[in-house]
Amino acid sequence: MKIDRRCFLSLAVGAGAGIALSPLPWKLTDDVSIWSQNWPWTPVPKRGEAKTVHSICTLCPGGCGISVRKIDDRAVKIEGMKTHPVNQGGICALGLSGLQLLYGPTRVKGPLKRVGDRGKGQWMPISWDQAIREVTEKLAAIRKAGRPQSVAWISGASSNTLNLLLDRFSQAYGTPNGMRLPTLEDAYALTVSLMNGGKARIGFDFEHAGYVLSLGAGLLDGWGSPVRMFKANAHWKAAGVKLVQVEPRLSRTAAKADTWISVNPGTEAALALGMAHVILTESLYKADFVDSYTEGLMEGFRNIVLADFSPEAVAKVTGVDAATITMLAREFAKAKRPIAVCGRGQGTLPGSLDLFIATHALNALVGNLNQPGGVWMVREEIPSWPDVQPDSVAKAGLGYPRLDGGRTPAGISLPNRFIQAVASGKDYPVEALLVVESNPLYTLNDTALVRQAFSKIPFIVSFSSFMDDTAAWSDLILPNPIYLERADDVVGVSGYPYPTIALSQPVVKPQCNTRPVGDVLLQIGKGLGDSVATALAWKDFNACLESSLGERFKSLKKAVVWVDKGYQPAAWDEVFATERFSFIPKGIAADAVLKPVGVPGDAGSFPLTLMAYDTMRLSNGYIGNPPFLTKILEDTVLKQTDGLVEINPKTAKSLGFDEGDRAQIETPKGKALVKVHLDDGIMPGVVAMPRGLGHEAYDAYLAGKGINVNNLIASVNDPVSGFEAAWGIRAKLSKA
Amino acid sequence: MKNEHSHQTTKKFGMVINLDLCTGCGSCMVACMAENNVPFKPDETDKLKSITWMRVYRLTNGKPFPETDICYLPRPCQHCEGHEGHSPCVSVCPATATDYDSQTGIVSQIYTRCFGCRYCMAACPYHARYFNWYDPVWPDGMEKYLNPNVSPRMRGVVEKCSFCYHRYQAAKDRAYVEGQREIAEEDYQTACTQACPAGAITFGDLNNPEHAVYKLKQDPRAFRLLERLGTNPKVYYISSKEWVRKAGDNYLPDEKPKK
Repeated sequence: MKIDRRCFLSLAVGAGAGIALSPLPWKLTDDVSIWSQNWPWTPVPKRGEAKTVHSICTLCPGGCGISVRKIDDRAVKIEGMKTHPVNQGGICALGLSGLQLLYGPTRVKGPLKRVGDRGKGQWMPISWDQAIREVTEKLAAIRKAGRPQSVAWISGASSNTLNLLLDRFSQAYGTPNGMRLPTLEDAYALTVSLMNGGKARIGFDFEHAGYVLSLGAGLLDGWGSPVRMFKANAHWKAAGVKLVQVEPRLSRTAAKADTWISVNPGTEAALALGMAHVILTESLYKADFVDSYTEGLMEGFRNIVLADFSPEAVAKVTGVDAATITMLAREFAKAKRPIAVCGRGQGTLPGSLDLFIATHALNALVGNLNQPGGVWMVREEIPSWPDVQPDSVAKAGLGYPRLDGGRTPAGISLPNRFIQAVASGKDYPVEALLVVESNPLYTLNDTALVRQAFSKIPFIVSFSSFMDDTAAWSDLILPNPIYLERADDVVGVSGYPYPTIALSQPVVKPQCNTRPVGDVLLQIGKGLGDSVATALAWKDFNACLESSLGERFKSLKKAVVWVDKGYQPAAWDEVFATERFSFIPKGIAADAVLKPVGVPGDAGSFPLTLMAYDTMRLSNGYIGNPPFLTKILEDTVLKQTDGLVEINPKTAKSLGFDEGDRAQIETPKGKALVKVHLDDGIMPGVVAMPRGLGHEAYDAYLAGKGINVNNLIASVNDPVSGFEAAWGIRAKLSKA
Repeated sequence: MKNEHSHQTTKKFGMVINLDLCTGCGSCMVACMAENNVPFKPDETDKLKSITWMRVYRLTNGKPFPETDICYLPRPCQHCEGHEGHSPCVSVCPATATDYDSQTGIVSQIYTRCFGCRYCMAACPYHARYFNWYDPVWPDGMEKYLNPNVSPRMRGVVEKCSFCYHRYQAAKDRAYVEGQREIAEEDYQTACTQACPAGAITFGDLNNPEHAVYKLKQDPRAFRLLERLGTNPKVYYISSKEWVRKAGDNYLPDEKPKK
């Protein structure tokens, strides 16, 4: 048969039509879609028995209750605990991401010993026996040589009992160098002890306040107990309570505030004192409180405020016009139950004392201390342990001065000064450092200095659950189970006015070969013998918890949290009758305490001011940002691996920058490559970068993304308290 | 008696989001991802390829410092009713992979039917739909937290907010076991509603006068997004700021929002 053109074409068309009319194309399409969807590596989550376990989230000092949904032995979802009085079912993005920390790739799977150079990431897995033996032998040798003071620890733990245990260990071992990373809580505790007298936690009765003036506090950016603050804000909106936010950048708090007062960076305290000036000159202060229960107003405080802080003078410093300052002062003084509050951003660093004194003075002027809807002194009563009996070695070690200077009342640590002392090497050396639930190599300002200090310490033990920046730089890692795998107590909730004691409990069994720091510390104590073993004689950390919580331990196991909602702060007669409230802390010169802390760097070569800011979408402390949180980060903050620096369009234009341009940011402490993001919400002349990016350690979901702003910021000691007081640094942007 | 229970009343689940209360913290986004097994990649900064059933947008009033104002706007799937269930995505789906449920008012997405043509994404005016360009990969061990009530999706399909439909199914099952016909308002709440620390999101049956959303949607400050397209969405927003209400639709420069 001859196949001509006509025949060929008709065959082709016929075949085409035949195939098209047959089920073949449909069958193939169907097969392709089924085949392309049945990848065996798409996981199918196993079904099982569902149940809910309640506990406490300790990822921040917020103390929220969590309800963890479990399928068999897997935890599948963390939700807010509905019956918990602090968060009432709400939960923040970090708390929701907790399971990514639990099952995440950056967990340290078991004890590790460094084999290569420090920070090179070469590790050898070792047994727990060996790990504990190595630490014990090292500490025993140092103690035997009579230098117990050269052992130090840094703790960021929220667990009250663990910190007590660490203190006890120092006492018995003989070192004065225990460092708890201070936060706004510590700055407030110091303020309360200096002005009110006595030791107390500060609480704000925000739920009953009638007016809230926030001097830079990121009330809706993670300050205090974040979920509680969101709820309080919702209540303010419903009840018509005015929120005034004072800061140079349109933060989330400023955006939600009724009034945003943009002040020049670092001048919030001046604004507060300017308001005090108006309140004093117009006699708007609450006379029945001020006259009978306070001192120092007419002598020190008033003189300085009247002389140096007139609205006109303050207007020059803050950039807020005098009329606004006067208006604010009148509004504040005339409002029912007004609260002034400070603690920059999330308050993860304590900040300068002048701001706290000025803010607290405003509360005193309007007489809103220990009043409903006011600022309260709160105390949680918990059983105390019997005193430690230090032996002669311990006594000798404790006789040494603390490396951080330690001039401030006991219980307050100054890790910034500790690092400076170790780096300079002027005092005695630190031979061993224990790092507990903290990441100082990342979170402290001037990380280069921290690294320099760490390089002088021959033996660094990290108890981190994660391969974080500090763990990666240590010699031995003894991993701690994370909060979902262990028991811990949390005493007090940051900024919460009611006494609270909570017990965080294991939700799942440990996923890695970990041991709680408390248990390890007790075992080390046993191994060290002498007064250490006597002081740390508990069987395990659970026994410790039981002895520090007393009667409550059993009931907390069931209820998770105890809150004294009926708590009434002590009456004025009780608190201020014998020891009056002092506007100027005793023994400190009035002008010294109200002096603002300057910003490092000279304006000539560094025309801009760089500020670090906090956001709910970036965890910036010991806990590295989990993948979900990094995922929801705006692309105006992080783009691929580039961190963006926020700048006002006007400033950007004058420097010749457009949105997304590459730039080099330089401060007296260092430089970094960034991109610029133009934002109208920031004051001209100021640039801002978030805390929480730029990790060197962790995993592909976090490492190497953005810039750690702490690398660029210098550490500034508060001249009075010694606390880390830096709020920014001078900077310049140039084309890169 | 018989008549009372003989037919189920038609439900219309919807949301009212109070933008005055939303602080843009992102809890809703994470709550959704954790509940619905939404995957994540090492780099999620290309937001066009970042799957977030719930996304919080940041709106600005466009004014220079210091008159600048910002507002955060959480955007789940709007579960458009359109005209008699003709929502934009449902109308264009050639595979019947997405459908409008007239019993609940929920727009479904059936992954195994979807063959990834992405017509629905083009049709959706709210960018509420996302395409799986990649296979989901959980780092070793992290599959442990996956929720068995929601199937993880595979490469090549479109996904979107389901108003946590699996929770509705679970609530119905529970109600059936307990011998009740109707589920209570608190028995079916979406993950984002439950998590929102500000209490900005309210969820319920828009048809039921006893549900909170019924009253809230009638607030004079309430509006819906791009209402004038006729999508008839079931997500209402409340804002006391006029510039925010105006940003909810395309208005002429001198035109006032309808409320």
